[in-house]
Amino acid sequence: MTDPRMDVTGVGLLGEGLHSPGEPPAGIRRAPEGVDGLTTEHLIINMGPQHPSTHGVLRMLVEVDGEEVIAAEASIGYLHRGIEKLAEHRRYDAVGTLMDRGDYVSGIHGELAFAMAAEKLMEVEVPRKAHWLRSLTSELNRLGSHLVWYGTFGLDTGAMGQFLYAMREREALLDILEAITGQRMMFNYVRPGGVLADLPVGVDTKIKAFTDTFDTYLEEYDQLLGGNEIFQHRVKGIGVIGREKALAFGLTGANLRAAGVDFDVRKQIPYAAYPELDFEVPLGSTGDAWDRYTVRMGEMRESARMIRQLMEGMPEGEHTAKMPKVIRPSEGEVYASVESSRGETGVHLVSDGTDKPYRMHYHGPSLYALQALEDVLPGHLLADVVMMIGSTDVMLGEIDR
Amino acid sequence: MSPVLSAVLKFFAALGIMLVNGVVMIYMLRKVLGHLHIRLGPMHVGWKGTMQTLMDVLKLLTKEDVTPRAVDRWLFRIAPAVVFVPSLMAYAALPFSNTWRIVDLDTGLLYTFAVLSLVPIGILMAGWASANKWSLLGGMRAAAQQIAYEVPLLLSVLPVVLVAGTMNLGGIVEAQQGYWLGFIPGWFALNPLMWPTLLVFMIAGLVEINQTPFDMSEGESEIVAGFATEYSAMKFGLLFLSEFSNQFIMSALGVTLFFGGWTLPWIPAEMNHAFGPVIFIAKAYIGIAVMMWIRGTFPRVRIDQLMELGWKRLIPVSLVLIMLTGLFVKVVG
Repeated sequence: MTDPRMDVTGVGLLGEGLHSPGEPPAGIRRAPEGVDGLTTEHLIINMGPQHPSTHGVLRMLVEVDGEEVIAAEASIGYLHRGIEKLAEHRRYDAVGTLMDRGDYVSGIHGELAFAMAAEKLMEVEVPRKAHWLRSLTSELNRLGSHLVWYGTFGLDTGAMGQFLYAMREREALLDILEAITGQRMMFNYVRPGGVLADLPVGVDTKIKAFTDTFDTYLEEYDQLLGGNEIFQHRVKGIGVIGREKALAFGLTGANLRAAGVDFDVRKQIPYAAYPELDFEVPLGSTGDAWDRYTVRMGEMRESARMIRQLMEGMPEGEHTAKMPKVIRPSEGEVYASVESSRGETGVHLVSDGTDKPYRMHYHGPSLYALQALEDVLPGHLLADVVMMIGSTDVMLGEIDR
Repeated sequence: MSPVLSAVLKFFAALGIMLVNGVVMIYMLRKVLGHLHIRLGPMHVGWKGTMQTLMDVLKLLTKEDVTPRAVDRWLFRIAPAVVFVPSLMAYAALPFSNTWRIVDLDTGLLYTFAVLSLVPIGILMAGWASANKWSLLGGMRAAAQQIAYEVPLLLSVLPVVLVAGTMNLGGIVEAQQGYWLGFIPGWFALNPLMWPTLLVFMIAGLVEINQTPFDMSEGESEIVAGFATEYSAMKFGLLFLSEFSNQFIMSALGVTLFFGGWTLPWIPAEMNHAFGPVIFIAKAYIGIAVMMWIRGTFPRVRIDQLMELGWKRLIPVSLVLIMLTGLFVKVVG
């Protein structure tokens, strides 16, 4: 590791030195040599589940030597609702409600992944209009989710103001999503075969009002947080998840692209209206927290651009394919994935020919990001733990399911 | 008036200022932060929420005082007092006007910094006694940062002392009277040669009173509430009252050292003397508003970066500044 603080390892300040991945931080360990002849002990800190910045109910077991993290272990499952099992007892058109509650900040993406899997099983042709509506709501939802990330990331580094500014934009977005879907968070809008409803009257002016101001606001937000020198010192070169490590841990989404890997489901495995849209995929280079920040800010710009394109080119036609009342796909096994706000959200669906899925597996990107965190955190300071949880944008609803 | 009665009255005056300050500043903080964050702040209790803080004080007073079983009871109980008392003592030397001050100390500057430097002991006690890992980390951070920044803070005011030729806070204000070029007030803050000193003072001052971006010892997103995690009811109230009070004292010190204390330029001296305390407190509140502005927007510095800034940058810089000021005073004065 290039961290200069690592140089003191020989003096015994770091105790046992680098944490070898996979070793659980159990019990208090004694530093072998100690500092100035004094025997020192490592402290095990239980970060969460009740902690102000664990993004839901994450529990991090952190072994620290002073403020320096020696080992970190994520203890998950506090938000387990059994989504995968419940899906086996829901009809195909009802599973969307469960997917909403997985990654609850970007529900549309979960619904979309499931709907796509179900359509693959049934071999339904989805109308073009439905594709465009799916892309539109996806991008609106991605913006909303990234704004939550932006706000809470600022909170994690100690800044307070931008959180409420981000919430102002998110409020406008939720307003739009509510007008389209009827709900602010648990949309249940994307159904197998299409979407629930066409755009309501008057929502286009709302979206236009939003996109007209959003770009200028986004620049301001970028300057407010990203332009702050203290913030830059906090994130630049910290928490590096490089290309090899990111690929080895199976990261997707902004966390992977920050390391310079050009993988975006929207480009590589196109779905919905994305093949028809013109958008860039922002890339980072080193994979540190700063790159993750810039990639996500860039994604917000691209999302706003896509929303404008989608509104301009919105086709006419049916918003859903003709679907039977009770969906009974033929026997089979499929996997469909979308680019959610956090990475590749996928649904692996096994059907036995009945009206309920035989098995549904929910592939959430945050789980992999959390695993990578455990590996990256040792050597950083306690304050960086919080910052890193924020910068990888893990979503506990999706990890615990 | 007997000296005893006078001393008692002055004590209660200082206590009164501190308490009223606390209530006003908490309301102000909520309103300033509220408007910075495009919301309104308290609006329902009293006109524009003005009674909110008073009700909160009542709440704190009547709340159950929870003492966790594992704490070191003796230390846990006296720690809020150890934090509170020095902050009350610091009011003694503040020159509210040429006559309004509790004691006229020739070493007023040194005294104020000396009592303020007792605060981290209380915070460390609170952190240690709480038997909580977050509190311990908060206490340790407080001790580390305040010891580190006492040095640049004191060094940063030495150029002022050199130029003013006194450590009496009132004397420093007197030294800032008169005008440059006939119309620029003689405040040290308006002297470009003093700006580096002012900057060092502001940074070190913010660290010394645990304000954002240096609020390491509370750092709510990192270590929950730091040293105050296990405190509840009025013990918690005391800890935070003294924090607000320290904010006022640091701002008042800045006003005294750099912004002409109780005086305003271009008005007759009698007016200055008559309205001295009002002017002084108003100026101090402007300083506090700036601190709140910073608090509403800035992220937090990391502890190792803070230490590096203190020991490696601010101390050498302030030493150089003292040397340059000394040369300047010798050559010009």
